Amino acid sequence: MEFGLSQDQKMMQDSVHRTLERAAPLARVREAAEANAIARDVHKALADLGVTGLLIPESFGGAGLKLLDAALVSETLGRHAAPVPFIAASVMAPLALIHAGSPEQQQRVLPKLAAGETIAGVAIAESVSGTRDGAGLTASGGKLNGKALFVMDFADADLFVVADRACGLHLVEANAPGLTKTSLISIDRTRTLGEIACNNTPAEPLQNGNAAEVLSRMRDAGWVMLAADTLGAGWHMIDQAVAYAKERKQFDRVIGSFQAVKHMCAEMAAELEPCRSLVWYAAHAFDAIPADAALTAAHAKAHTSEIGRFVARTATEVHGGMGMTDLLGLHYWFKRIGLNRQLLGGPERVRDLAAAMQGFAAAS
Amino acid sequence: MDLAYSAEYEAFRAETRAFLEANRHRFPSGWGGGNRPGPELLAWQRLLIEHGYAARTIPREYGGYGAEPDVLKSRIIAEEFTRARAPSGLSGQGISMLVPTLLEVGSEEQKRQYIAPTLRGEIIWCQGYSEPGSGSDLASLQTRAVEDGHDFVINGQKIWTSTAQYADMIFCLVRTEAERAKHQGISYILFPMSTPGIEVRPLKTMTGHAEFNEVFFTDVRVPQENVVGGRGAGWFVANATLKHERGMLGDPNAAGSRLSAIIELMNTETVDGQTLMQKPVMRDRLMKLQARVLAMQFHGLRLLTAAASGDDVGLARLIVKLEGCELNHQLAAFAIDVLGELGALYEGSPHLRAHGSWQRMYMFDLGLIIGGGTAQIQKNIISERGLGLPREPKLVRA
Repeated sequence: MEFGLSQDQKMMQDSVHRTLERAAPLARVREAAEANAIARDVHKALADLGVTGLLIPESFGGAGLKLLDAALVSETLGRHAAPVPFIAASVMAPLALIHAGSPEQQQRVLPKLAAGETIAGVAIAESVSGTRDGAGLTASGGKLNGKALFVMDFADADLFVVADRACGLHLVEANAPGLTKTSLISIDRTRTLGEIACNNTPAEPLQNGNAAEVLSRMRDAGWVMLAADTLGAGWHMIDQAVAYAKERKQFDRVIGSFQAVKHMCAEMAAELEPCRSLVWYAAHAFDAIPADAALTAAHAKAHTSEIGRFVARTATEVHGGMGMTDLLGLHYWFKRIGLNRQLLGGPERVRDLAAAMQGFAAAS
Repeated sequence: MDLAYSAEYEAFRAETRAFLEANRHRFPSGWGGGNRPGPELLAWQRLLIEHGYAARTIPREYGGYGAEPDVLKSRIIAEEFTRARAPSGLSGQGISMLVPTLLEVGSEEQKRQYIAPTLRGEIIWCQGYSEPGSGSDLASLQTRAVEDGHDFVINGQKIWTSTAQYADMIFCLVRTEAERAKHQGISYILFPMSTPGIEVRPLKTMTGHAEFNEVFFTDVRVPQENVVGGRGAGWFVANATLKHERGMLGDPNAAGSRLSAIIELMNTETVDGQTLMQKPVMRDRLMKLQARVLAMQFHGLRLLTAAASGDDVGLARLIVKLEGCELNHQLAAFAIDVLGELGALYEGSPHLRAHGSWQRMYMFDLGLIIGGGTAQIQKNIISERGLGLPREPKLVRA
């Protein structure tokens, strides 16, 4: 029985951390966020480390690792507010191809995803958290019609994995005829989000598996990744708040010596640290304990979102007025946590699904 | 990450399960309701020690089973006892706090005299630490022990002393060196509760029960050799035991059992013919708490692995008392809300559910949040030892 990380996992996470320290300092995050564009140089550095192919089998040029490894990467990306695609492009889209793609589709797409040469966006928001503003895609005769909102890893995507209203999965080229792309501007400009509208747009079905099951797996993986990102971003904010509290003086004392401030820091740490164990367990269960996978993924997502909001506001508050400023840059993490909370269902929606999974209520 | 147990541990689990199955007829029926353990329980405790399911790592020469410490085996024992609904071995402050302290710093004579009968439940202890004027600032305690020949003569008062009404012995902090700095003048001393000059008064709390006592000492005469760990070293001796207490107060398995009981409650209690589980607001609150319970259970697994491998987990261990006690309290609070007006009923009322235990827990657990280092003291510990924030500066006396 061992509930912890292996030496390899610790080293892998550390090498991603060191790469981002070098390639994505605050100035680079700011530059990318101001343009709301992917930092291609950072993406390249991560691809060279193997991050883009983490979950892709070795036979397709990937590393063939597990979701727990991906969670460690996601945590580290959150810690650095890294302006790169990952959750859709390197986790959910590869899973769709691995579990629902034909051998030909896998051979065509996975090696390019693994190398980071192709970026894949994912449009499954409607099937996970419901439709808003008349969204929803209908598939018929190899063509898609309708629109999908909240497409993740949207900018620079070469193709999209999309879910239709009947939970079917499809692969759509970004330059397919009849496809219109519109960027959505979220609070978090370190990642990109968009809308796609399809007008008789040709799409290839991903139908080599039970699409609804694969869609659930993509959702579960997405939930764990978002939770891990918030875990990393939240700890970054706590570390910043603690460092500031050790330095900032008022009333001739560092403010970190006032219990009112110390206790804010202690509460953040005490609330966020158990989320790490929840994220680890959910990620591990995804590959090793199928019976627990969906429920623990849901709880990891919903709970870490709640704690993330508390940490984001409290850490900002510890910084006083400085916490609000663009100059300090803390707001990039605040907003990152804010977007993670809403994507793939806010906490109430996800808890509702968690209850339904246990038979506590009819699925809504 | 591998949550499966190796063959050695699976064999140990099978052995434990077989033991419990074979001895099901010996399970004692209960503790005996806030009293000394009865003969049935004492016999059960002896059987558990003999087979290594209690006092497992205490050396044989002091009446234990003498196994090497192995956190995984301890966990398997706990899991299998819960699964079989078997009463675990005796607990209490003697076994959980005094025995580890004696093993660490007691004299050979003290170990031989006290450990074995304490493990067997023949000596029941109480803890004399807190005083009316010394709670969080325990080291300011004022109970005086003045040297007189071969004895100390003790005067003062202790409070929050659970089990004092039937305890045989007390392990007590007293000030032996009044002139020394507050942390340096304290001694840790053992004496019988039958010593002349001791008065125990029950301390009734908001639950309506006297879970605690006040203990008054008037010229209580105790031989000097009853000091543990050296005269004036009591503060450091006591800190060794407080460490054990904090581990004990934040047990994540308690939260799991409470959550299961609440799920059962929500599936059976009805309002207007609908179960509470059918109420979306209640279900949402249940899900929030379930996430917290799972997080703390997995956190427990992480600490267990770290303890087995000697890994440093930073502040992960420091948060357990704060988070664990708060979670248990929130669970009791939620169960009361599930019950609506029924949730306000208390002992003796018609329509009462679970003997009023949710309200009793809700009130008693507030005491656990305060006791054993208040939530605020825990936050100081987390921020100072875990996050490296500075201590509150000392007041400069004018």
